[in-house]
Amino acid sequence: MKIEGQVRIPSGCAISAVISREGNRMSGEMITNSMKPMHDRSNGLGGGFAGYGIYPEYKEFYALHMFFDTRDTRKECEAFLKERFEIIQSEIIPTRKIPAIKDEPIIWRYFVAPLKSVLISLQLDEKEFVARTVMKINENMSGAYVFSSGKNMGTFKAVGFPEDVGIFYKLEKYEGYSWTAHGRYPTNTPGWWGGAHPFTLLDYSVVHNGEISSYDANRRFIEMFGYKCTLQTDTEVITYIMDYLLRIQGLTLGEAASVIAAPFWSTIAAKTDLEDQKKHTYLRTMFPSLLITGPFSIVLGFDGGLMALNDRLKLRSMVVGEKNDRIFISSEEAAIRTMEPNAENIWSPAGGEPVIVKVKEGAF
Amino acid sequence: MNIINAANLDYRAVNEALRKADRDCIIEGCCGQRFIAAGMSDKNLTINGIPGNALGAYLNNASITVNANAQDAVGDTMNEGKILIHGNIGDAAGYAMRGGKIYVKGNAGYRAGIHMKAYREKIPVMILGGCAGSFLGEYQAGGIIIVLGLHKDSRRIVGNFPCTGMHGGKMFLRGNCQDIRFPQQVTAKYASPQDLQEIRAYLSEYCADFGYSLEEILSAPFTVITPDSQNPYKQMYVAN
Repeated sequence: MKIEGQVRIPSGCAISAVISREGNRMSGEMITNSMKPMHDRSNGLGGGFAGYGIYPEYKEFYALHMFFDTRDTRKECEAFLKERFEIIQSEIIPTRKIPAIKDEPIIWRYFVAPLKSVLISLQLDEKEFVARTVMKINENMSGAYVFSSGKNMGTFKAVGFPEDVGIFYKLEKYEGYSWTAHGRYPTNTPGWWGGAHPFTLLDYSVVHNGEISSYDANRRFIEMFGYKCTLQTDTEVITYIMDYLLRIQGLTLGEAASVIAAPFWSTIAAKTDLEDQKKHTYLRTMFPSLLITGPFSIVLGFDGGLMALNDRLKLRSMVVGEKNDRIFISSEEAAIRTMEPNAENIWSPAGGEPVIVKVKEGAF
Repeated sequence: MNIINAANLDYRAVNEALRKADRDCIIEGCCGQRFIAAGMSDKNLTINGIPGNALGAYLNNASITVNANAQDAVGDTMNEGKILIHGNIGDAAGYAMRGGKIYVKGNAGYRAGIHMKAYREKIPVMILGGCAGSFLGEYQAGGIIIVLGLHKDSRRIVGNFPCTGMHGGKMFLRGNCQDIRFPQQVTAKYASPQDLQEIRAYLSEYCADFGYSLEEILSAPFTVITPDSQNPYKQMYVAN
């Protein structure tokens, strides 16, 4: 078999997403199918999905999706979890045996509530406690990875082509008000289960097509605030940056987009809206180490919405379309047409121009 | 006339069918298949549906009509022929094209006409009916890029950083372009009647293709941008 370097595989990652502004729930089948026309953008070394609103019966609880290498690791991790959480439900994530997906780890999910006594003694709020626990497991517990940790949402990922990963995880049986998807073509780092997208922390999930040149600068900065980059790939850092800017710093989505895809100084200087100019100057000055350079198109999923964003030079493709209550985002228009042949208002956002879509208040 | 139903075919199968087809053919139900008609000559192809990336790459004198939008890298390194798009196109259209025509009814994404070039009788022409994204004509080395800005509403006719690294060829933007910032190494001025004479035949063909009136299009002033040979690129990166 020829290995990378001996054979050229012409591809680049693929991303896709859909959201219902009315909060109507859609099965995971449509988003799985959207990845088919973009098959050649991936090379079979990673595919994954995030669904929001998929666990209404457990929506008060954090859904921890986990990979374990062995049964012993799972037992050990469970003991650790029981010291910190009330485990409401513990189950294997249902999968289908298919030839396209092999060598799967043990894939488990827990619906948990942090123990009040632990929160009080640590003087932490719930989300911070869950985030720290995720970091602790991923950094210190060999063979155990939390790959999803939000409420009423879940990530499903594997080594394989995304359209096969959707079948493997039986996504047609889940219904969510928004979905994101990713097909991977790893360039610098190994293709492994934990390295497939989306990368999540709490309810934030990121799918990313591109390659971050500023990865190490971003990583060094963000690790000062307790985040640990353990998954051997650049996208992970975007998730932690978004968590830091949105949850810890309390920035709006638009402001966070202006930090990571900041306009050039010359573009800021040419702005005629002086308030806007002042704001951009402030954000670039406050968070210079969180500017993400290099090509990216990302979709950030969060509780009740999605945000799509390109790098400021727009070195990756991204197309947006809509039909009735649904907004579609994808690397290629073909994927949008697969989800909705009659999609309207197809357009390409400019580099650094965030597209923010939220489900109407109270609908999720 | 052959009709190729692309619904369940991958890009290899579509191109295989295309090679075997008659000179005139139609692809129906296209959905993202890449490299359609790559390197082909002597075809007259119509596409219904969305063609994938690198449509007409290395095109060598075939004619392609798309009745919808097209994705990225239309006419990559195209040599000869014509691509007509009745919608919008994605990024990096006409990358390094060295001949032929790309006529688009709607808008273009980023980096249209990047590194276009020309050689003797080979003069590539790209006409965009709507607006263009940033970095239009980046590193342009030859050929002609025309943007008409029809139905642009309040948008600027091009995004940021047009003509960055331009060192050959010509760009025509319809309008006075007072809101556009060009780099110091190019000259932007109102197009003279002689300048417009140079592109009149192309515009006339474009109007016939899309049903516009040439008089109406020429009723607004054009700005022509060329490299400024008095101010060449030097010491762009380091002063050594």
